[in-house]
Amino acid sequence: MKNSPEATPGHSSALEWHTIAQSEAFRDLIALKKAFVVPAYIFFLLHYLALAVLLGYAPRLAAMQVIGTVNVAYLFALSQFVVGWVIAGLYLLVASKFDKLAEDILTQIQRQRGDR
Amino acid sequence: MSISLGIFLAFVGSTLAITWWAARRSHGSSAYFAAGRRITSWQNGFAVAGDFMSAASFLGVIGLIALQGFDGFLYSVGAFAAFVTVLLIVAEPLRNIGKYTMGDVLAYRMRPRPVRALAAISSLMTATFYMIAQMVGAGALATLLLADSGIRYHQAVIGVGILMMIYVIFGGMLATTWVQIVKAMLLSACALVLTVLVLRHFQFHLGDFFVAASQVAYHRNAAAVTSDFMQPGLRYHAPHGSLDLISLSLIFAFGTAGLPHILVKFYTVPDAKTARRSVVWAMILIGLFYVMTSILGLGAAILVGPDHIVTHGGTNLAAPLLAQALGGEIFLAVVSAVAFATILAVVAGLMISAATSFAHDFWLNIVHKGEEKRPGESVLVARIAALGVGAVSIAIALALGPGSNVGILALLGMAVAASANFPAIVLSIFWRRFNTAGAVSGLSVGMLATLILIVIGPNTMGIDSPGTIGAARHLIQANPWFPYENVGVITVPLGFLAAIMGTFLGREPAAEDRFDELIVRATTGFGAEKTSAH
Repeated sequence: MKNSPEATPGHSSALEWHTIAQSEAFRDLIALKKAFVVPAYIFFLLHYLALAVLLGYAPRLAAMQVIGTVNVAYLFALSQFVVGWVIAGLYLLVASKFDKLAEDILTQIQRQRGDR
Repeated sequence: MSISLGIFLAFVGSTLAITWWAARRSHGSSAYFAAGRRITSWQNGFAVAGDFMSAASFLGVIGLIALQGFDGFLYSVGAFAAFVTVLLIVAEPLRNIGKYTMGDVLAYRMRPRPVRALAAISSLMTATFYMIAQMVGAGALATLLLADSGIRYHQAVIGVGILMMIYVIFGGMLATTWVQIVKAMLLSACALVLTVLVLRHFQFHLGDFFVAASQVAYHRNAAAVTSDFMQPGLRYHAPHGSLDLISLSLIFAFGTAGLPHILVKFYTVPDAKTARRSVVWAMILIGLFYVMTSILGLGAAILVGPDHIVTHGGTNLAAPLLAQALGGEIFLAVVSAVAFATILAVVAGLMISAATSFAHDFWLNIVHKGEEKRPGESVLVARIAALGVGAVSIAIALALGPGSNVGILALLGMAVAASANFPAIVLSIFWRRFNTAGAVSGLSVGMLATLILIVIGPNTMGIDSPGTIGAARHLIQANPWFPYENVGVITVPLGFLAAIMGTFLGREPAAEDRFDELIVRATTGFGAEKTSAH
């Protein structure tokens, strides 16, 4: 487990952290994370704020009835829940890959510290 | 003794048993402040849901939809959507970097004292405002729902206050977490049963239900009207409606990710992975619940009617009245009891986050510079802080009295979280250049701007007709200087701007150097706080 005593933080110099942060494995992991989180979050924010904009600036469109008396506004509001759940599901999927890469980096750090 | 009092006392009895069990198990800081970091993902998901879904959402949102139709549902959408930010941006780095509080993350790279001091002020302020709002709500509810039991406003406020102090002082985070889990289960089950009953009334024909919702008849200014409650615009309309809506959306999207009592829940799980899964659990529960609020709110508008709701207790009683219409007195009793359970679980969560911030950020890290002078001192200070915060909240809730406008207090808490805490957290985690000056100016400008704009806005300023009396009157009898009820559209960008400008005042090499350490630890979980033995 991760309970090894050398995992105690605070004993490393800024230089060591800099070396890890600049390592290829770490930079790849950050790039991979960004590739999911940044577009997913931007999409979420735009879709979410679009609801307020729709209601405020296109009230006629918002009030348009689509299925029976159910209108665009209500359906769009419900879509917020669907988008949230889908993003959460996708994130769980890709994050298991991040975990694996993070685990590799972690063992590497611990091995290096053990060597000293 | 009425049925609702009986059910409520059963809930109180079981939560006290939980507290007794938790008190026997917990020893030490990590056990008290973070439940030993042993909470599993589903448990924490339920606890976060139980911490977050306040009486304001159960009673308030359903009431808003029942009286103003679709526009009330926007609160539900915002409350759910907020958790996407929690999931993608804050939960995991927070768990990996911090120990007990939001201040841990903010102070990580910075000069700790000024940053922690502001983090503690912000946490205490948010928690106290929220807590007072919840307690006034509890008192007002008691006078309406438990009237036949002879329980008065002040008795309810003091009772709720004492119970939350018992949970927090004796049971710590472990008891609080389990009280919240039980409450989340009760609340979800209650909402589900009511939703099924509403739909059954329409023989499960959704089309018929929505047709009925599109022609709700009621009286407005003594004139009979029929409105389509599916249509937006009954609450937010020109000239300021659009920006108010965007403001509200911003406050929700960012505020939840800056609420100290939500953030501390992620320290109770073993690692970042569990924290992530627990957010997803919470999103499932919270999402389903808030989707149901639309059925329940519209159901109350159709089956109870806005006229009846307005004359029988107003917004807050729409859900209990709906339960009464569908299932008689027993249902009314169950829903009332669940509403009280909800309040108890939320105030306990607020209280422990306030006490933790005081003990850990203020006492341990500012007064004692990070070292306990005596073992167990932090926990003792937290218990005393809980007593103090509890007493102050009870006193203020008693002084305000029932019927005071507490919505403004909850709004203030959420707006401070979005405009002060959130920018500082995000910039700490993602911007190398961010430094102490930036954190200090971001936090203080965010807090002050929110406070000032709410005070000079339509929540406290307004000219009332001479007939308006008591708590319904605006505090300041003048036209509001700031036109929006929701301040986020100004304060959120202002909080970010102040944080960024403050940063550019000067360079802080130490803070920039520690960024590598922070990002490596946030990403890999290296050196993160471990699960503790009991």
